[in-house]
Amino acid sequence: MAQRAIREYDGKAIFSKHWEKYFSGFHYGFRSVSVSSGNELRAKANEHGFEWLKQVPLVAKPDMLFGKRGKNNLVLYKVQKAGDVTLEDAISWIDERISRKTILLSGQKGMLNNFIVEPFTPHREDQEYYISATTVGEDDVLYLSAEGGMEVEEGWEQKVNEVVIPIMMADADISHLIRANVPEGIPSENKERFITFAEQFYTFYRDWNFAYLEINPIVMIGNDMHILDMVARLDDTAGFMMKDGWCGVEFPTAFGMEDQSAEEKAIADADAKSGASLKLTVLNPMGRIWTMVAGGGASVVYADTIADMCGNVSDLANYGEYSGGPTTDETRFYAETVLDLMTRHKDPKGRDKILIIGGAIANFTDVAKTFTGIIQAFEVYAEKMKAIGTRIYVRRGGPNYEKGLKDIKDAADRLGLYIEVYGPQTHVTDIVRMALEH
Amino acid sequence: MSALFNKETQAIFWNLNTSAIQRMLDYDYTINRSTPSVAAIVAPTSNNKFEKFFYGPDEIMVPIFRNTIDAAIACPNADVLLNFASFRTAYDVTMEAISIKEHFRMIMVTAEGIPERLARKMNQAGRDAGVLIIGPATVGGIAPGAFKIANIGGTIENIIASKLHRAGSCGLVTRSGGLFNELGNIISMHADGIAEGIAIGGDRFVGSVFIDNLLRMEDNPAVKYLVLLGEVGGLEEYKVIEAVKSGRIKKPIIAWCIGTIAKYFSSGVQFGHAGASANADAETAGAKNKAMAEAGFYVPANFNDLPHTIAKVYAMLCEQGIIEKIVEPEVKAIPKVRRSKEFICTISDDRGDEAMYAGYPISSLATPETGFGIGDVIALLWFKKRYPKWASDYIETVLKTVADHGPAVSGAHNAKVTARAGKDMVSALVSGLLTIGPRFGGAIDDAARYFKYANDHNMSPDAFLDYMKKEGKTISGIGHRIKSVRNPDLRVSGLKKYAKEHFPQTSLLEYALEVEQITTSKKDNLILNVDGTIGVLMVDMWRSLGYSEDEIDGFIDAGALNAFFVLGRSIGFIGHILDEKRLGMPMYRHPTDDILYNVDCASEI
Repeated sequence: MAQRAIREYDGKAIFSKHWEKYFSGFHYGFRSVSVSSGNELRAKANEHGFEWLKQVPLVAKPDMLFGKRGKNNLVLYKVQKAGDVTLEDAISWIDERISRKTILLSGQKGMLNNFIVEPFTPHREDQEYYISATTVGEDDVLYLSAEGGMEVEEGWEQKVNEVVIPIMMADADISHLIRANVPEGIPSENKERFITFAEQFYTFYRDWNFAYLEINPIVMIGNDMHILDMVARLDDTAGFMMKDGWCGVEFPTAFGMEDQSAEEKAIADADAKSGASLKLTVLNPMGRIWTMVAGGGASVVYADTIADMCGNVSDLANYGEYSGGPTTDETRFYAETVLDLMTRHKDPKGRDKILIIGGAIANFTDVAKTFTGIIQAFEVYAEKMKAIGTRIYVRRGGPNYEKGLKDIKDAADRLGLYIEVYGPQTHVTDIVRMALEH
Repeated sequence: MSALFNKETQAIFWNLNTSAIQRMLDYDYTINRSTPSVAAIVAPTSNNKFEKFFYGPDEIMVPIFRNTIDAAIACPNADVLLNFASFRTAYDVTMEAISIKEHFRMIMVTAEGIPERLARKMNQAGRDAGVLIIGPATVGGIAPGAFKIANIGGTIENIIASKLHRAGSCGLVTRSGGLFNELGNIISMHADGIAEGIAIGGDRFVGSVFIDNLLRMEDNPAVKYLVLLGEVGGLEEYKVIEAVKSGRIKKPIIAWCIGTIAKYFSSGVQFGHAGASANADAETAGAKNKAMAEAGFYVPANFNDLPHTIAKVYAMLCEQGIIEKIVEPEVKAIPKVRRSKEFICTISDDRGDEAMYAGYPISSLATPETGFGIGDVIALLWFKKRYPKWASDYIETVLKTVADHGPAVSGAHNAKVTARAGKDMVSALVSGLLTIGPRFGGAIDDAARYFKYANDHNMSPDAFLDYMKKEGKTISGIGHRIKSVRNPDLRVSGLKKYAKEHFPQTSLLEYALEVEQITTSKKDNLILNVDGTIGVLMVDMWRSLGYSEDEIDGFIDAGALNAFFVLGRSIGFIGHILDEKRLGMPMYRHPTDDILYNVDCASEI
């Protein structure tokens, strides 16, 4: 739960839905489509209401949460000259892009699979402005500039006015503040319009719980607003209040992040259904050190300690946590998932795998009960664990921990698994040292 | 402000989270607090007035209120709010609590995932009002030996093992709640435990940050050194660095930021809390650890080394004589097996040398020279209060007034018929009492209820009469068979006279008399009768004694007014029954010529 990026298309859809209410006096013609392939775009163009795709020059670009698409040469707006892109051009451009891996200037690489296609908007450079809002420290900050497009980032300090808006500021004061900070470079005929729009933009950003909202550039032609490019993040904790207002928005995985594996998805599903917290990220499926750590804070210190003691993270296979009192069944499922992943590959250097079953002193999670789930998973995976070679290190405290430690030790001994168990008298992360010094 | 909590600190607990509250009370018992740390519970949907909890081997009752304001009024000393509402309502609960002027000093918010904008508003509102907010997304804090919030510290066994039952010398601030226990454990093993510990919460926007809590601990003479466990993300640790550099924080401070792993991953993996992701180099755990070390903090090489750093600083302070050895206090053990009581009694107690009525031994009120009358005993056993003489005299006046009304009324008649059927005293009395209800003897109840309702709602006497007409109700307490304005009921005159002379105020009587003026102008015998007078004066008595309108409504709803009639009239019934027994009257059979027989043959369906 945190601030999460949304697609440009979804951001514009939210704008469009609330436009009349928030941006009175201005017009915005929301004409965008979101497609994953050329074929989909072709099909869209045959739908009623989307005839414009065949009629006007188009712009196409990936819509996958990364910025600087212009600099990455990923915006199709011209073939010979600006504004001559036809539907067929866009279709073949998209198909070409999805057929191969894309590497960004930042080094991120991955497959493109989502695009936004819109009408080309002819305009002059002096009609381009910049506006964005976000939270800095405890305050909201509105950024305004008379210059839009890629240029605004060069010479940010000189070109952009920052309007710092404290959380409790009254609307009238906000209005004065924006007026007092309107960029000088905005031509006088557009000044009032820009002030009005900036106020409306801020209110919209605030009311719909955006964490970040940037339009760059926004093109003002009379009272017509053209959102040429936008980036948005939502505070997803506000989702319960925003149901309809957010138009059923999705939070896609960032470009370059491999889509979740089946195992990660399964754990995420179990997490969504449970009152407890179950998290799993596979960092390196070939990794040697696997962790099953109870508690968010503890999972971080275990990962820290492994990285610190190894000097790198190449051996660290996964990151995750189970906490908030999972049931025996949930713990068993979580443990089976981790053990299954762990026993798929032998260590290339022939070393034993290390399984860290760690955790701080639980508040009220019954340690014996959760360990019962882990023991059940051991029973299923014991042979595979032995086959690849596994050493298990356990450290835990909290309610019923003595029984939990005894149970898991007895079970491992019975199954012929190597195990060492420690209670709260041993420092929480010291089993990492023991495992590595073995 | 130095210490955040002391042994007298009391909280209002928002949400009927019985297990967390029980853990607080177990802690209270263990550390030998004189008052429970939870003074009241707020549960908007609960229909109960209290919840039972164990206090050591015994049980206590903690009152439940439907809203925070009522709880705050009832518990003026409970200046801590433990807000255990969900992420959907926690904001509203906090804002309402802040708006109660001069009441809450500290609010702890446990919900995780409150919308960020609401969290920011809530936190700012707290700062503006001078209310310390701990959280959101926290397990809270503890002042060992004084006050523990909800679940922090874990089980009682762990609390004692980690020396969280008595004050040590460390001031601990963490972000993570899960690691708080672990730090408590480390500090108890490698030093002498905690003086005060706070988990500030894992969400991105929390009310009080590291510096707020550390500055308070710096000013608290019981804290001898500080431990800060930070996290990747945010710049809050730099405020602490500034305070150390400027000399505002002088006590030794040990610190570590977790999340050093994050530097190995460009993006995408969320390590830890919502607040935990670095947007700039300065926000990384590594940068913060380095900056803190450079500013003179005691920073271990890694988390695994933290215990040694704590041990080193503790040993140094002991050597300097700053920390003295703690004499371990005795611990009161919580019984392993406790059984909840099926019955509760709050009015009398027969367990001691002598049975007591609401704390008064019977011998202290039974005989004439004690000055106690039956009105005083009723006040003790019915209302658990010692009433002033004018009030207990009024109670006795009522009992005497209602004691009997002749043999013809239905209750007395039933008692007489039953006695003549050869039944015993109890059966005959009960048959009379069972007649008491809406038509017989119920007027006192209804008069009090309706006159009070009208008076509470500021209805004019005319409006009240209209209202009753619309409801289709006759006005209880108004009207008499024979008595009228010109031929007044002397019982009523006596009651009114007594009240005028002795009651501090008679507001409801005045109101009823205004109503009477109108009704008697319509018909001469529509006077305020004896039932009505008793009812409204009973309300006036309670008002004069300082009861709230809600409490008085509660008495009426519970049937207390009816009870005066039941008790008083029992005297008369018993008289009639004894009369029958004395006279040896035969079984009564009603004459058939006094009955209209009108019986058709049942038709088939």
